[in-house]
Formats: sequence, structure tokens, C-alpha cells
Amino acid sequence: MSTRLFAATRKGLFQVERGKSRWTVKKVHFLGDNATMVLPDRCDGAVYVSLGHGHFGVKLHRLRQGARKWEEIATPALPPRPEGAAPRADPMGRVIPDSVQLVWALEAADPARPGSLWCGTIPGGLFRSDDGGGSWQLNTALWEHPKRLEWVGGGADYPGIHSVSVDPRDPRRVAVGVSTGGVWLTTDGGSSWKISSHGMRADYFPPEQANDPNVQDVHRLVQCPGQPAEWWVQHHNGIFRSTDDAASWRELQVLPSSFGFAVVVHPRDGGTAWFVPGTSDQRRIPVDGRVIVNRTRDGGKTFEALTKGLPQRQAYDITYRHGLDIDSTGDRLVFGTTTGSLWISEDQGDSWQTISEHLPPVYAVRFVSGD
Amino acid sequence: MATVAFTHTLQRHVACPTVEVNGATVREALEAVWKVNPLARGYVLDEQGELRKHMAVFLDGRMIRDRAGLTDAVRPDSKLYVMQALSGG
Repeated sequence: MSTRLFAATRKGLFQVERGKSRWTVKKVHFLGDNATMVLPDRCDGAVYVSLGHGHFGVKLHRLRQGARKWEEIATPALPPRPEGAAPRADPMGRVIPDSVQLVWALEAADPARPGSLWCGTIPGGLFRSDDGGGSWQLNTALWEHPKRLEWVGGGADYPGIHSVSVDPRDPRRVAVGVSTGGVWLTTDGGSSWKISSHGMRADYFPPEQANDPNVQDVHRLVQCPGQPAEWWVQHHNGIFRSTDDAASWRELQVLPSSFGFAVVVHPRDGGTAWFVPGTSDQRRIPVDGRVIVNRTRDGGKTFEALTKGLPQRQAYDITYRHGLDIDSTGDRLVFGTTTGSLWISEDQGDSWQTISEHLPPVYAVRFVSGD
Repeated sequence: MATVAFTHTLQRHVACPTVEVNGATVREALEAVWKVNPLARGYVLDEQGELRKHMAVFLDGRMIRDRAGLTDAVRPDSKLYVMQALSGG
């Protein structure tokens, strides 16, 4: 049961802890700095945070278990541009910078190897570290894949990798979610990659191209740890589910809306998942000013809107793709929003407690496992 | 020797005392700084070795022209200021 969590926000990394009955902010790390991603690594207790300094670039810091001071670690770096080469543009003609703009995903890579990490970035590079972020290696098989050059910006101007899912059965099986570029899967630790978003539909493309797996704007990709053949995707224009190891995807149309960014799945029950919907891609606000969490317990056949403890009038909170998390028991959920609200549930979303309504915009929330 | 000074806003993240260095170009002068202060490099230059988009270097009162190659000529008595632009958030 988690009793601690981190919220990475536009103005710092907030450490939130459970008291006797309430959750409160206990500490703020890097106050004033733009914390874009956080990973409390359950393998060795280290915490990693990514800072996006507007002027000074992207930086990563690590707090080892038991340590009092953060240490700056290496930042993933894109390979040198070949001499004389022109800057590369995406299919829309936008020049893609050849330096890391954002750390968009950070995950433990192998439970048997503490300090092994995957890092997804904008532009769409996937990096691996085996020394706790002391050094990073670009995954060249994915970077040099010809289909990678077809990726375009979705959630940002440039394409990026926001989801990295390491299979609990075998850490060499890794899936990444790309905005926009669908789902990509490796079964050999990253030596080779295959696209794995068949069945998804992009209604922002002409009908002839709408089913191309490589144009799918996956907003978030999650895999059920206890039933690893079961997957969920919150997509730009819908919710998709796979029950066959991401080999095929089925679309679900959900009320009051299928639009959103975040999804989490229950750690043992692949048919139970939670979403935080917005109205639509054109209106990124809650439906009718009511903040809800949408939960299914039957694999998407039915959904129930969870509202107890959440504002039900004149609320304009939007939850980004990393702004929703679930703990290892499956009972505790937390979500944070663009307008600085942070809510937690200890009963699978049946009721919610307000931690704060005045934080900076929340980018990512992560429970610390095993407290 | 040329003098290289850094904006105070950078000092919050990494200590960058003013230093005197040898170098005939901006690149050479900065490389001499990184030799004694390697952590500062990534705050000023990107991984291509180019000046970050929202950073500026003033050389003897003028903003440098070559932000990618850093080839502007430095004199032995030059003064370089590494600043942040007002853009960039």
C-alpha cells in the first residue's frame, strides 16, 4: 500500500505523504523549476526527476535511497548531425531539432537489474541506461528505423515517446507509445522493433490512411502487470483495448466522452481501467464543467462516472497523459490537473479526497511503491 | 587572456565563476571553460555543440554572429558574457 507519491509540476517536484487520515504535501524539491517527469524506482528506491529548463535545456537528477541531496546525472543526447547535413524535417515540413527537447517517459527497465532505465524523449528517441542514469545509449534500431521518419508531432510540435511498458514476463519485451507513431514492440531487448497498433483508427486522416498503424496518435499506453496480454490505449480520438498482447486493437466509444490523455489499468485485473475524459480534442475541458473519472470493470462494455469528492460545476481541470497513477494494490489512485488540483482515492475511485487545488500545473504523478 | 562571465541565473543550477582563458574563437574560449567546469557545458550548448536556442553570448559588447559554429574571433583582452535571452519561458 503506497503512502507516498510525487507530483511533477511546472514549478517543482511535490512530495505528498499520507498522515493518519489525510494526504498532504510534505516537501517540495526544485521549487520554481519545471519538473516534467518523475520516476520513483521500485528496484532500488532511487527517485529520478527530469527538469526542463527553458534556457538551459533538459536535465536529469537522481536522489538515491537514504540520500539527502540530489545529484545531477547524464542527460540523454541525440547523435551528432552528420557534417554538412541539412536539418531533418517531419512529413509536414517542420524542422525537427537534433537535441532533446523533453524527457517524456522514464521507466525501470529490468526488475533484476537495479539502475537499468528506459527514457523516451521529444523528438522521438528511446534511450537506455544501465548505470542509474550515469550514461545513456540511444536505441539505434528504433531511431534508424525508416518508419520512424514518418512520425509527426501530435501532443507537441515534434514526435515523441511518452509511454514505455516493460513486460512483467520478460524485460526484453518492451512496448513504446508514440505521439504520433502508434505502438512499437520489441521482443529482443530493443535490437529489433515492429509496429503493433493494428486496429486503431485516426479520424484526423483521410479514410484511406486512417487505419495506418504508424499515424495513430496514442496519448497513453498501459499494460496490465497481472494479465500482461491485456492492454489499454487512450488515443486522440478514442479508447482502444487489446486482449491479445497488443497484436490487435478494438475501439470503444465511451460516454460522456472518449477523449482524454490518461489511462491506468488495475495491476491484476486487465478488464478494470480508469480514464479522465475531456470533452473533445477541439474542447479540452471537462464535459459540462464536471470533473469525473471514468471506470470500467468489464473490459470496456460499461463505464461508470466516478464523481464523489470531485467538483461538479464550473471546473476546467484537464489531466495530462502522465497525470493519473494507480498503486500496486489497485486500491489507491491519484490524479493531478493542469489547473493545479490533486485528488486521491483509496477505494478504487469510489470517492476522492482533495490534496490541493492550488498546485502549479501537474505533468506527472507517481506513487512510491512498497511504502 | 579573455574573460568569460556567466549570467547569475545560471548560478542557481551550476556554479560558473568568472574565468580567464586563452582562445582565438568563442568556441576555443568556451572549451577552455568546460575543461575546468564540465557540468556547465550542457547548460549553455546543446548536444550538437551549438548555442542553446534561448542563450546568448556577448563578445566585447556585441552578440556573437555564429551561434552554431562559435567562430567569432576573440582577442586576448576580450570580454565574453554568457547570458540568457528574454525568450524561452
